[in-house]
Amino acid sequence: MNGQLLVKVGMADLNIAADGAVLKTTGLGSCVGLTLFDPICKVAGMAHVMLPSSSIARESQMNIAKYADTAIPELLERMKAAGARVERMEAKMAGGAQMFALGGSDTLRIGPRNVESCTEMLNQFGIPIKAQDTGGNYGRTIEFDSEKGILVIRSVQYGVKEI
Amino acid sequence: MSLFDSFKAFELDVLKEVGNIGAGNAATALSKLLDKPVDMGVPKVSLLPFEEVAERVGGSEQIVLAVFLRVEGEAPGNMFFILGEEAAKRMLNQLMSMNHVEDEGYSELELSALCEIGNILAGSYLSSLADFTQLSMVPSVPSIALDMAGAILSYGLMQYGEMGDSAMLIETTFIEDYQSLEGHFFLIPDPDSFNKIFKALGVDLG
Repeated sequence: MNGQLLVKVGMADLNIAADGAVLKTTGLGSCVGLTLFDPICKVAGMAHVMLPSSSIARESQMNIAKYADTAIPELLERMKAAGARVERMEAKMAGGAQMFALGGSDTLRIGPRNVESCTEMLNQFGIPIKAQDTGGNYGRTIEFDSEKGILVIRSVQYGVKEI
Repeated sequence: MSLFDSFKAFELDVLKEVGNIGAGNAATALSKLLDKPVDMGVPKVSLLPFEEVAERVGGSEQIVLAVFLRVEGEAPGNMFFILGEEAAKRMLNQLMSMNHVEDEGYSELELSALCEIGNILAGSYLSSLADFTQLSMVPSVPSIALDMAGAILSYGLMQYGEMGDSAMLIETTFIEDYQSLEGHFFLIPDPDSFNKIFKALGVDLG
C-alpha cells in the first residue's frame, strides 16, 4: 500500500522477495500458499502449491512449482542463492481448504493432502512452522511482507487476518 | 498435454457442438423456469492456462456464486454453473420472489434455492449430452459456494494438474434479455474423457 513492490505468485508458481517487497497470491482454494522467511537477512519466498506429490506427474515438462515435494526444495535453493540460510528459516502456510463438501474420492481431499505433504517436507528440512491457517471450506488470498515477516490472509467470510 | 496441442479445428468444432447442445437444453430449461426468453452465447472451447481460467468470470478474487457437480460415468469431468452476485439476486427475485436483503449474506434457503436451480440446469445440460453421445454421464449431488472465483475454479482443474499447466474447458454464457442476467457454464471434462467423447461421436483422432 505504501509503495511497496508487489511480487505476484501465480497458480503453481513460486517466487522470492527481499528488501520489503510483498509476495502475493490470490484465490487459494485447495491449493496451499506456503511462505518461508529468514528473519535475519529478510529474504522471503512463497509457493502456490497445487498438488501434494510429483509422483503422479504425467507431464512432459514438469512444473516443479506445482508439487509440494518439488516446490519446497526449489524455493529453498532460490532463497539460499539470495543469501538466506535454511537453519534460520521459518514457515507459514494458508489454504488447503475443501471447497466443496462431496464425499468419497481422493481428489476431493486434495486440500488436506496438500497441507500434509507441505508439513512433511518442512519437517524433513527441519524448518519450523510458525503459524498456519489451513483447512475450512473457503478461499483465501495471501500477502507476505518480506520486511516484517507477517502473512496477511483475506477471505470472503472472515475478512482480514494476520498470522 | 500433447494430445490437446494436436486438436484440430474440426475437433474443436465438435467440442463446441457438445457445449451447444448441452447449454441449449439448459437455456431452454432456464427459460421455462423464468418464463422469459433466454439467449445463449456461442460456446467457447479453449485450452486455457490455469491462471486465465478465473479471468473468464472476472478474475481470481472476484466473488461468485458457483454450483459444482462432479460428473461420473463413462466421460467423467467437472461442471460449474457460475453466477455473479447481481445475477444470483435477480434469479432469486424472479424465481422465488425472494428479495435479497443487502449485506446480510445468503440465507440457507436462498443458497438451497440457487443450488437447486444450478442442479436443474446442469442436469439438463448433461442429460442432453448423454443422449447425444450415448455415454453415461451421471452428476453428483450438487454443492454450492460463494467465494473467490480462483479458489472455486481451481478445484475443477486438479485432474489437469498432473498433466500440465492448462485445462481444456467448454464454456457457454447465458443472457436473459432485458435484465442482462448472465450466467456461465463450464464443463471441464477429465483429460482422459476427450477420446471417449470423440469416439462416441465418430470422430477419428488418427
